[in-house]
Amino acid sequence: MFDSYSISELGSIFVMQGFAGLILFSVYLLMALGLAIIFGQMGVINMAHGEFMILGAYVTYFTSQAFQHFLPALFPAYFFVAMALAFVASGTLGMIVEWGLIRHLYKRPLDTLLATWGLSLILQQVYRSVFGPREVGVELPAWMMGSLKLTDTIEVQINGLFVMTLTVIITAVVAVMMFRSRWGMQVRAVVLNRMMASAVGINTERVDRLTFGIGCGIAGVAGSAFTMIGSTGPTAGQLYIVDTFLVVVFGGAQSLIGTILSALSISQTQSTLEFFLSGSIAKVITLLGVVGILMLRPQGLFTLKVRR
Amino acid sequence: MLNVENLHVAYGQSEVLHGLDFKVRPDEIVAIMGRNGMGKTTLMKSLMGLVPTKSGTVRVGDGEITNLKSHERVARGMAFVPQGRMIFGTMTVEENIKTGLTVTGESAVPGELYEIFPVLLEMKHRRGGNLSGGQQQQLAIARALASKPKVLLLDEPTEGIQPSIIKDMARTLKRIRDERGLSIVVSEQVLSFALDIADRVLVIENGEIVHEENRATIDEAKVASFLSV
Ligand SMILES: Nc1ncnc2c1ncn2[C@@H]1O[C@H](COP(=O)(O)OP(=O)(O)OP(=O)(O)O)[C@@H](O)[C@H]1O
Ligand SMILES: [Mg+2]
Repeated sequence: MFDSYSISELGSIFVMQGFAGLILFSVYLLMALGLAIIFGQMGVINMAHGEFMILGAYVTYFTSQAFQHFLPALFPAYFFVAMALAFVASGTLGMIVEWGLIRHLYKRPLDTLLATWGLSLILQQVYRSVFGPREVGVELPAWMMGSLKLTDTIEVQINGLFVMTLTVIITAVVAVMMFRSRWGMQVRAVVLNRMMASAVGINTERVDRLTFGIGCGIAGVAGSAFTMIGSTGPTAGQLYIVDTFLVVVFGGAQSLIGTILSALSISQTQSTLEFFLSGSIAKVITLLGVVGILMLRPQGLFTLKVRR
Repeated sequence: MLNVENLHVAYGQSEVLHGLDFKVRPDEIVAIMGRNGMGKTTLMKSLMGLVPTKSGTVRVGDGEITNLKSHERVARGMAFVPQGRMIFGTMTVEENIKTGLTVTGESAVPGELYEIFPVLLEMKHRRGGNLSGGQQQQLAIARALASKPKVLLLDEPTEGIQPSIIKDMARTLKRIRDERGLSIVVSEQVLSFALDIADRVLVIENGEIVHEENRATIDEAKVASFLSV
């Protein structure tokens, strides 16, 4: 498939597709981060994670609309506001869901799987009824539109760089919170020994709720990033949940570095192959690659070696 | 300080504690003795709210805690050093102690804890899981004291610890009691340790208290006979 390109052209293609994959990388990484935090803390696999992302995407869309109509002067900055609102909206919904549904099912992993899957269907229908079945797309402010010309043949999109920078910052903030904040310390204690954590005075239920909220909130931010590469519709989240599971499993749950590298390799493979082949073939090849590697390393790319 | 009345505890259908009654005064150390499987751990866990109470009442001071959750009991003044210590293995020594600060709202480890356990200060950046058994025991006690308890529960603290360190531990626990005036309940199988620290000894057998005696008047042979198989 590479026959018709010269070496330098191929180099440029790889670099540019690599940058084009940055937004995909950001979406995967943020989604996987949220999913992994929730899974690590309470062993819940949140099948509705994609819908929390889509809520963030809708919030971003409506924020952009609001800015266009009411605050056109501030439109260039709408994305920052949208991200914060997306985090709050998805996070709040997450806490409500944890309180109303998930906490009653903690000791029953299969039931949480079913319940969150049902929740994802419910949310899709709610989005369809409230926001309409039509897919919507945001308009980017002018400063995010263009691309930077690095060489004659290599250009990178500004919005890609921007979203990735934000993602790196968010990931770093989560890591710092995990290892420096009171919440992070409580989360780690609960993950290590839930019973002992409550016996030293940690309100494990509150930590659960907060963690679920933060995980879902990060999915909401992923939704903001998503608006730049796809159009937002009621079922758009479904396309991403499987990929996100792939990222988490491939990276080795509970390893931040693993999650980052796994999101990077999967999004880059996907994005590079898409240039040469159709999207679905690219996905098949990515999937086969991941399955192959997982057969060799069932624990994922990285595992934390600890005494428990 | 601690007041237990007619405490029944069951795992599902099988009742393990059949109506325990005892009181622990402020400043008092009570040893609960009993052979394996007689219900010591169950008693400790139920006092901490880790195992549900079937019936009866538990009070700390004037406040009833029978139906509170674990973290609420910690806030009311209960603290627990579990059998096997249960240190948070991948967290540092300092972080382990800090988990105990949750209910006090403090953010720095009080200096007096490091004064009692100087070895923990030396090792504060090491992972808890890499400490020796004796050091982990000190860490578990420091973590429990961090919440400023009124009642400290220790479940078989001497398990897996060598005799000279056991002597140190007895001294430390008495010092803590004298300095802080708290009540200590310690479950034990090692008679010498119990006699060393306790003001009063209770013997538990098959979920019932079968013998109770003050340290001053204790008949060692009689207590020993309860503990031999
Ligand atoms: N989770 C549980 N489910 C059912 N039964 C239990 C459970 N934990 C303990 N038991 C039973 O309760 C009884 C008392 O156990 P407990 O652990 O309180 O004994 P112990 O006095 O602490 O013993 P040891 O000295 O060995 O630590 C035992 O018969 C035990 O089999
Ligand atoms: Mg025991």
